[in-house]
Amino acid sequence: MISQFFLSGIVIWLAGAMASLVLWRKPVAARRVACAAALAGSLLDLSASVFAIFGSSSTVICLPFGNPVFSWSLRIDPLSAYFNVTLGVLAAAVSLYSFGYLREMEGRRNLGAFGFFFNVLLMSLALVFTASNVFFFLVAWEVMALSAFCLVSFEHEKKEARNAGVLFLVMSHAGTGLLLIAFLLLASASGSLDFSSFHLLASSLSPLQQGAIFLLFLCGFGVKAGLVPVHIWLPEAHPVAPSNVSALMSGIVIKTGIYGMARVFFDFYGAPPIWMGTVVLALGVVSALLGVLYALMEHDLKRLLAWHSIENIGIILMGFGAALMFRALGQPNLAALALIAGLYHTFNHATFKGLLFLGAGSVVHSTHTRNMEKMGGLIRLMPVTAICFLVGAVAISGLPPLNGFVSEWLTYQALLAGFGTTQSLTRLMFPIAGSLLALTAALAAACFVKAFAIPFLALPRSEQAADAREASPSMLAGMSVLAVGCVALGLGATWLVRVFDPITQQTLGVSASSAMVAARGLALSPGTPHGGTISTVGMALLFLFAGAAFALPLAIRWRRRSVKGPAWDCGLPGLTADNEYTATAFSKPLRLIFSALYRPRREIQAEYEVSPYYPSAIRFESEIEPTFEKHLYEPLWQRIKAAAERMRAIQAGSINAYLAYIFITLILLLLFGVRG
Amino acid sequence: MTRIIESAAQLFLLLALAPLVTGVIRTLKARLQTRRGPGIFQPYRNLFKLFRKGMVIPETASWIFAATPWFLFFSTILAGLMIPMVAADAPLGLFGGALAVIYLLGLGRFFLALSGLDTGSSFGGLGSSREMTISALAEPAMMLAIFTVAIGAGSTGLTQIAGAAIGQTWRFLAPAQMFAFAAFALVLIAETGRIPVDNPATHLELTMIHEAMILEYSGPYLALVEWAASIKQLVLMTLLINCFWPIGLQPTWFGFGALIGIGWLIAKLLLLSCAIVLLETVNAKMRLFRVPELLAVAFTLGSLALVSTFLF
Repeated sequence: MISQFFLSGIVIWLAGAMASLVLWRKPVAARRVACAAALAGSLLDLSASVFAIFGSSSTVICLPFGNPVFSWSLRIDPLSAYFNVTLGVLAAAVSLYSFGYLREMEGRRNLGAFGFFFNVLLMSLALVFTASNVFFFLVAWEVMALSAFCLVSFEHEKKEARNAGVLFLVMSHAGTGLLLIAFLLLASASGSLDFSSFHLLASSLSPLQQGAIFLLFLCGFGVKAGLVPVHIWLPEAHPVAPSNVSALMSGIVIKTGIYGMARVFFDFYGAPPIWMGTVVLALGVVSALLGVLYALMEHDLKRLLAWHSIENIGIILMGFGAALMFRALGQPNLAALALIAGLYHTFNHATFKGLLFLGAGSVVHSTHTRNMEKMGGLIRLMPVTAICFLVGAVAISGLPPLNGFVSEWLTYQALLAGFGTTQSLTRLMFPIAGSLLALTAALAAACFVKAFAIPFLALPRSEQAADAREASPSMLAGMSVLAVGCVALGLGATWLVRVFDPITQQTLGVSASSAMVAARGLALSPGTPHGGTISTVGMALLFLFAGAAFALPLAIRWRRRSVKGPAWDCGLPGLTADNEYTATAFSKPLRLIFSALYRPRREIQAEYEVSPYYPSAIRFESEIEPTFEKHLYEPLWQRIKAAAERMRAIQAGSINAYLAYIFITLILLLLFGVRG
Repeated sequence: MTRIIESAAQLFLLLALAPLVTGVIRTLKARLQTRRGPGIFQPYRNLFKLFRKGMVIPETASWIFAATPWFLFFSTILAGLMIPMVAADAPLGLFGGALAVIYLLGLGRFFLALSGLDTGSSFGGLGSSREMTISALAEPAMMLAIFTVAIGAGSTGLTQIAGAAIGQTWRFLAPAQMFAFAAFALVLIAETGRIPVDNPATHLELTMIHEAMILEYSGPYLALVEWAASIKQLVLMTLLINCFWPIGLQPTWFGFGALIGIGWLIAKLLLLSCAIVLLETVNAKMRLFRVPELLAVAFTLGSLALVSTFLF
């Protein structure tokens, strides 16, 4: 049953892709077919993977074509199924949203091509999460990268979209190259290309090989996940894509990197040396902190959200890094806790970041700008979008009782428990990481005060914002699904942790959930002997009770005694949008405090007639230094260009020279073959 | 059932004691500055007056402005029910520990910052921006201090933390505890908006933080916001004294012991209030951009506390 559902999902996606390509001349039909197929495929994928998780067994499907080296074999084990559930939920909501979102593009853009790449992307994602043959995995990985590239640069008449797409493609391919090397090293050790032959294999290799394979995988998958310092494509590519694609990119495409790491670190490695966990934890902390610090400086709404993806990938990897360290220290139960924290945050990030990108999409769709400084007051014109975005903002800030709080709390608990597991100085890493996680979460809250308040509250800052209109019903439905998801994942934490038992059983050999449920399912506990508890359900119920019993009746009574009046306008004639605090002003204190990182540059030009204190026009320009681009990638790029210049000497264009190269290579390969 | 009675008792204590603490601090401060001061019951009279007044709601504000006082009040109360005040066993300890308390206070602050920006007045935005900045910088130091006490108890549950400390009256003299206490105390000053970080008595645009955010509130909503602010101050002060110096904490809320517990609580709060007043009187308010340095000191103290847990 699982395999039938899964395969019919794949077939429907494929059929939807083909059908929308065929219908490209009829935009209305193409849009409907593409979205309906994407929705149906997602729901089938979701139901297949839900069955697979609760069945807690592995389903192996081998498609009847292919050969032993390149077999089309799929394996739906609990880990794969978990990522497929994430994919199914997010893709279903995004498909629903796309019904309305794509309508505006009808007649202006080729919706047939969009529908094709959209469905192919979903299909390739499902295959990446389930492929169990090296070549099949890499083919699915490449199909995913290429379809994502086409969707990112879909608005290809814009230069930034083309550049971002190419940057994504180049970095993604560099990453794939590293993955290929790592997989081939593993395959040469196991003698097979099937993932099942890699189980715990990496730990039997020599330390040098282990380390090399680990680093190759970390970089290869890290590029896709957006790990600092190989993250630079992400804040370029996510904002320029159409918003439904941004939601998928941030919600699930970067999670393929997380899936790959989970697969390699917890399936292929048995008990890895402790330095690996340390590296992952440290990179997680750095990514989380830098992600949120750069997000704070953005006033492009979608770029801000893209930077937050880097932050959340960092938080996920903090869980993974702690899990790896616990495994090395022989603490499988704590490793399970940390792994659950990371995986839980993966799903949570897919829901709230998907939601926020869809919300941003609605806002951009109706104001035609991504610049927050031109928005404002949208809560009155787009009330439902505003509520959905607010739910997402509270969730991503890790505030109770929503889902971000639960997974961050689990991460704290894992880090706290880590202090007692070793006597070496390594243990200081845990509380330091915990305190930096606290800094990250608090900065994220500051950032989302800005990201919600500046576009949605106070007065509109431009005419476009004043004329904004609420999104269409299907877009609102798509957002609402994810908003409900954020609430459900927060309140249902004690029921949901059971889902992780098959995964931890498969990878670590322990089940953690029964220890993590306290007070008959009312509260969540880390499962350690004296661990504290939280009860998001309890908090939510108390909030509801207090709201219904006190807030509502009193608010109604006080309303009668209230009058509307103007807000304080500093004595000027009337409050206008010019008086409002801007996004740039909001983050100014942090820009000054962290100026060592940002190296801000600002330029003010004032024109005046009588005295400089009464300027008639002011031009203000401010920018921060893109540290990684300037100090890491720019020199690297110069080196590559210089090397290419030098290589030009051997590319003379003479056919005789080329024949000579081919001949010499052939001889060398023959010699190599004879010796080997 | 016992939980409900305990919660009700602690709820009453929170609501009743919070304005008193604010009043005592103000009066003590006035006396130290050779003023008479309005008396320790003035905050009650203020609340009573504000609750009976009408409200002016800014035309530019949305429903966020009206919802914020409730979110702030309820989340602060909920956080208050999760801390051990009189009995070591916190009434709602099951619902969350130290982390949940911090994050619930964060939820209230999140909405307060939104409402600051909601009115469209520049002051509100100014306050929100500063408040979120300072609280973000205070967070890592607070977390290190909490981790230090949590490591001793093996839990972030406040019931467990207080329970582990009962009977060890002089434990707070251990270096790790002292460093963590100092870090937490600095964070307390920043989080409750006291001198040298913020001045609760100012309405000068250059210096105000918390007051700038709530500038547009009036009437009952202002009462709720101010009450919540003093409850938050009480919650953080109680957290500080009961985590680090749990002397006088009773095993349960029931029986004669509860009265002794309340007595100890008030005595310890009074002592801490005196310390705060002294600190406020001898210090001048810092420039906003010097505050990060103070919080960096707190972070360093927190790190020292952690290192001390296994050095001594």
